[in-house]
Amino acid sequence: MSTRSQGMADGGGSPSPPIVRRRFVGVLLGGGFFATAIAFIYPVLRYLIPPKASDLGSDSVVAGRVGELKLNSGKIFRFGSRPGLLIRTASGEYRAMSATCTHLSCTVQYRDDLHQVWCACHNGTYDLNGRNISGPPPRPLEGFEVQVRGEEIFVRRRRES
Amino acid sequence: MSPLHSARKWLDERLGWDDLIAPLRKKTVPTHRLSYWYFLGGITLFLFVIQVLTGILLLLYYRPGANEAFESVQYVMTQVQFGWLIRSIHSWSANLMIFTAFAHMFSVLFLKAYRKPRELTWVSGVILLFLVMGFGFSGYLLPWNTLAFFATKVGTEITAQVPVMGKPLMIFLRGGEEVTGATLTRFFGFHVAVLPGLATLLILVHVLLVQRLGMSVPPRLEVEWRANPSAKREMKFFPNFVLRELMAWYVALGVLGALAAIFPWNLGLKADPFAPAPAGIKPEWYFLFMFQTLKLIPPRVWFIDGEVVGVLAFGLVGLLWVLLPFFESDDPSRTKRWITGFAVFALMYVAGMSVYGHLAK
Repeated sequence: MSTRSQGMADGGGSPSPPIVRRRFVGVLLGGGFFATAIAFIYPVLRYLIPPKASDLGSDSVVAGRVGELKLNSGKIFRFGSRPGLLIRTASGEYRAMSATCTHLSCTVQYRDDLHQVWCACHNGTYDLNGRNISGPPPRPLEGFEVQVRGEEIFVRRRRES
Repeated sequence: MSPLHSARKWLDERLGWDDLIAPLRKKTVPTHRLSYWYFLGGITLFLFVIQVLTGILLLLYYRPGANEAFESVQYVMTQVQFGWLIRSIHSWSANLMIFTAFAHMFSVLFLKAYRKPRELTWVSGVILLFLVMGFGFSGYLLPWNTLAFFATKVGTEITAQVPVMGKPLMIFLRGGEEVTGATLTRFFGFHVAVLPGLATLLILVHVLLVQRLGMSVPPRLEVEWRANPSAKREMKFFPNFVLRELMAWYVALGVLGALAAIFPWNLGLKADPFAPAPAGIKPEWYFLFMFQTLKLIPPRVWFIDGEVVGVLAFGLVGLLWVLLPFFESDDPSRTKRWITGFAVFALMYVAGMSVYGHLAK
């Protein structure tokens, strides 16, 4: 290649060596290809990121109706796109918390025999305040506020102070 | 030793890499003033690859089903970042691919590249064109919009005109008596599984045949070069031709990107099976010549239904088209004039009818 470049230089009688011209064209072409690749790959990468699902906005949902739950029982309700757990304790109090186990995200349930929240996947247990008390769960379940208004039981996320 | 070099050595020791690519090194491409037509097949292949890639991307969000299809495409186009662009590229590339496939076919026809020993290359190519049109027909329904719904209704109704086999074939295509969500499920299956499988296999056969047999030279030039071998001009396939082909692909990509970005494909309205067909409804441009022909045939020809005559005629021409090389002479100095005449007529007919169909009310 060098001999050919040399030959062209001699033949053309150009003062600048052709190897510079060659590199210039190479950089131009390579840069063009590179820019094109970026222009096509960038939208594809952005496309791959799923748009955020709208979390149904509200921070408060109706989790159930008064009288629906017996004493010492629990039910799963929808809180946005995630499940929540509403419990009526043996003393008649309502408690609500996230039903997503903090270990590996299984959905937990209320065990009336244990009076505890239990995760079937890896035998984790939480107390009625959502505190992790045995098994693998590393953190407590997120607790929600419960308000009884008329016939409906509202559950809302706790405001961070 | 550079990593690339050692990787090659590693492959060569195990697979005989150098022997494997030896034919590509020796391969040459004839150079003459019509050489440019050799690029069209490669461009079609390139657009097919684009189709596969953008098709996979669309599959990430698309949901088949009468209640979800339209909404999911709408979601892609309005919520997903650059979703409109990906879909637009898929639609534009589909149309360009059909165009380049047609152009490739007619160039092969006029350059008489289908002659012995390349009959099977032609046959596989024509079947590929039919598959590509099948891709177009099945893919058109997937957004489940009004135009697609009626195009599919009419298209599948036409298959019902085929004697004996027609009705069962239509029911097979529709997944029932009517175009419904069941049709969408089927078309989705054809579009993303059946057709891609068949097409990939046939493309492999087609390209291997091209590699094995080399590029054809127009008959007059072939006679000339045979009489005077020193007049023969050719370039190396690698890197000379490959680099030129890559430039052609680059240009194709530029055209595609520009079209997709400047004229984004629209979605239309959601299909309503109980709404009347909108006025001026037409199939995609590549079906227009057949559509227009069927419109022009009188309702009864002698004692047969006009539609049946049309469908049978197209079937017959299609079959003749596949078998065209077998009517050609093996001797390049005595190629059949009527085949060229037939090709010119076919091109004029397809082009003329398409324009007529486009302008007709």
